[in-house]
Amino acid sequence: MASNGKLTGKQRLGWTVLTVVVLLYALFPVAAILATSFKTQADLGNAAFLPSNWTWANYEMILVGDAQELFLTAFRNSIGITLIATFIAVVLATLCAYAIARLNFPGKRIILGTALAVSIFPVISVVTPLFNLWRNIGLYDTWLGLIIPYLSLTLPISIWTLAAFFRQIPWDLEQAAQVDGATQWQAFRRAIVPLAMPGVFTTAIIAFFIAWNDFVYGISLTSTEAARPVPAALAFFTGASQFEEPTGAISAAAIIVTIPVVVLVLLFQRQIVSGLTQGAVKG
Amino acid sequence: MSSITLQNLVKKYDDGFPAVNDISIDIEDGEFIILVGPSGCGKSTLLRMIVGLEDITEGDLLIGGERVNEKAPRERNLAMVFQSYALYPHLTVYENIAFPMRLTKGKFTKEEIDEKVRHAATMLELTEHLDRKPANLSGGQRQRVAMGRAIVREADAFLFDEPLSNLDAKLRGQMRAEIARLQRELNTTSVYVTHDQTEAMTLGDRVAVLKKGLLQQIASPRELYEQPANLFVAGFIGSPSMNFLPGTVEGNVFSTPLGKIEIPDRAAKAGAGREIVLAGIRPEFFDDASQLSEAQLSKGTTFTAEISHSEWMGNEQYAYVSYETDERVQDTLRNLAEEMDADELRTQLVVEVDATSRFRSGDTAELWLDTRRMHLFDPATGENLTRDAEAGAELTREAREDRKRDAERFVSRQS
Repeated sequence: MASNGKLTGKQRLGWTVLTVVVLLYALFPVAAILATSFKTQADLGNAAFLPSNWTWANYEMILVGDAQELFLTAFRNSIGITLIATFIAVVLATLCAYAIARLNFPGKRIILGTALAVSIFPVISVVTPLFNLWRNIGLYDTWLGLIIPYLSLTLPISIWTLAAFFRQIPWDLEQAAQVDGATQWQAFRRAIVPLAMPGVFTTAIIAFFIAWNDFVYGISLTSTEAARPVPAALAFFTGASQFEEPTGAISAAAIIVTIPVVVLVLLFQRQIVSGLTQGAVKG
Repeated sequence: MSSITLQNLVKKYDDGFPAVNDISIDIEDGEFIILVGPSGCGKSTLLRMIVGLEDITEGDLLIGGERVNEKAPRERNLAMVFQSYALYPHLTVYENIAFPMRLTKGKFTKEEIDEKVRHAATMLELTEHLDRKPANLSGGQRQRVAMGRAIVREADAFLFDEPLSNLDAKLRGQMRAEIARLQRELNTTSVYVTHDQTEAMTLGDRVAVLKKGLLQQIASPRELYEQPANLFVAGFIGSPSMNFLPGTVEGNVFSTPLGKIEIPDRAAKAGAGREIVLAGIRPEFFDDASQLSEAQLSKGTTFTAEISHSEWMGNEQYAYVSYETDERVQDTLRNLAEEMDADELRTQLVVEVDATSRFRSGDTAELWLDTRRMHLFDPATGENLTRDAEAGAELTREAREDRKRDAERFVSRQS
């Protein structure tokens, strides 16, 4: 690349411009919310992008002030429910995808087909019957009542991504392990899982985002702070008076909710990227 | 160390296609057996049946006299080297070699594992690479790691699935010698799958030639070469491969498209009364008549032919003679070419002559043929009509004695 750097100078400029445009387009809303979260109540109405007076008031309100209970319990609910749902989804999907990639059993296609069908089924059409069912069996407004529907969102995509990933791992490795004296489980644990880890991380992050971002289930299947996740809780923010919009507080909450996601990506990006470059897998 | 016995092994897939069909082989303790054949002949399937990665449809598989049909691979105590090496990319060379021992919890102490790994590494010249990952090794080194993993097991037998096919030609020669040396040194029963003739001929105590799931012949490399059982074995073994010249036998005269050739009594008797036969003549059975002494010439037959072109290789020279083939054997030859994965049927005689011979394209040369060594085949059944079974068995017995002597010599040198 370095040798023909002069030739690509023009192209490089083009790419830079394009990247900046895309970044601006994608990040502008985030920046706007970040700016809004530092505005005072009076400042909200003006058309300026940056706040005229920077204030931590909105953050104070949701973290230690009036809205503290509403926000922090919701935040706890969100983290707990999402982590549990992600964990279960990844463990189940790993076993399921492994079976799909490696074993020949009747109904393999049906499982994949059903998973796909479930994942494209509109959430809104499921939520009403689920609401009635959950009320009848006592799952309404509980963590479990949200974890189960979240699994229906995260499992299909996890199964599909992991199955694709497992198919890339050479079968020889597993057979070699079996000939070396491993049971099927040992071969899976010691030869396949270490190689599949990058795929599992990627899948876990995707599953986490899906569950973290859910709004429809969160607002429909909860009624109190017992299980209400953050996206739903934001809708219940109220201003200091009836006539005040809680825009500042919502913005601050939105920023805080974004932080775990950013942290996750930063933490695991090495695993995701390093993933398939381990080499020696092919001859 | 164990013997392996294959009794009428059959592998049928769901569609009823028999990939391995009724194969019986007795593999002696310490013997090196090669399974060879064109692609799709079932050689790899047979190997995987022995190691337990493929189910056995019918027949019995005995290791050390014990039936193991239903045993899982890990219970058979065999070591296998895969074509792709199947090294664990996340483990170092050291851990790759130690992997089988780590699986048997409590059987080996840490010191024992360390000692065995280092011993194997020394044997395979891997000591300085023990801390590296497989991704950073060359093809030959990866191959050796795979061998190391097999060695530390102290398995009853080694199984090799085309272990050298991913290496370049030079390295392949080196590793071939290495495998031969190790096998002799460890004296472990080995089964080796390959489609490469050189590997088959140089490594094997006995070579089993397979075609479409059927065992064609199992014998020492020399017996296969000198006393092939049928047309397929004759054509498959040897490079460049055997020439098949159609013709009819009348008395002691064999009439071919190249003219009449006088043949010895033995061949004459075998070919008598048949409408048409195929003479199997290896390229080196020919020679340049002008370079031979009278005594030598009298042992065979001379005839003249036009050389269509010649190739000088430095150490030898190949001359090609074109001829019109007989329609009655065309189908047989076309089938044969197909079965051997060859491109097309050749109506060209390949003649190997001394490098000093001055054959040029278009020359009419006088060729000498050693008719004592040629074979006659029945084009309909492929059967070798002139096969001397006793002489063949003698060759295989000699090879067996050679192997035992090798093993003993090694043991005595050790002590």
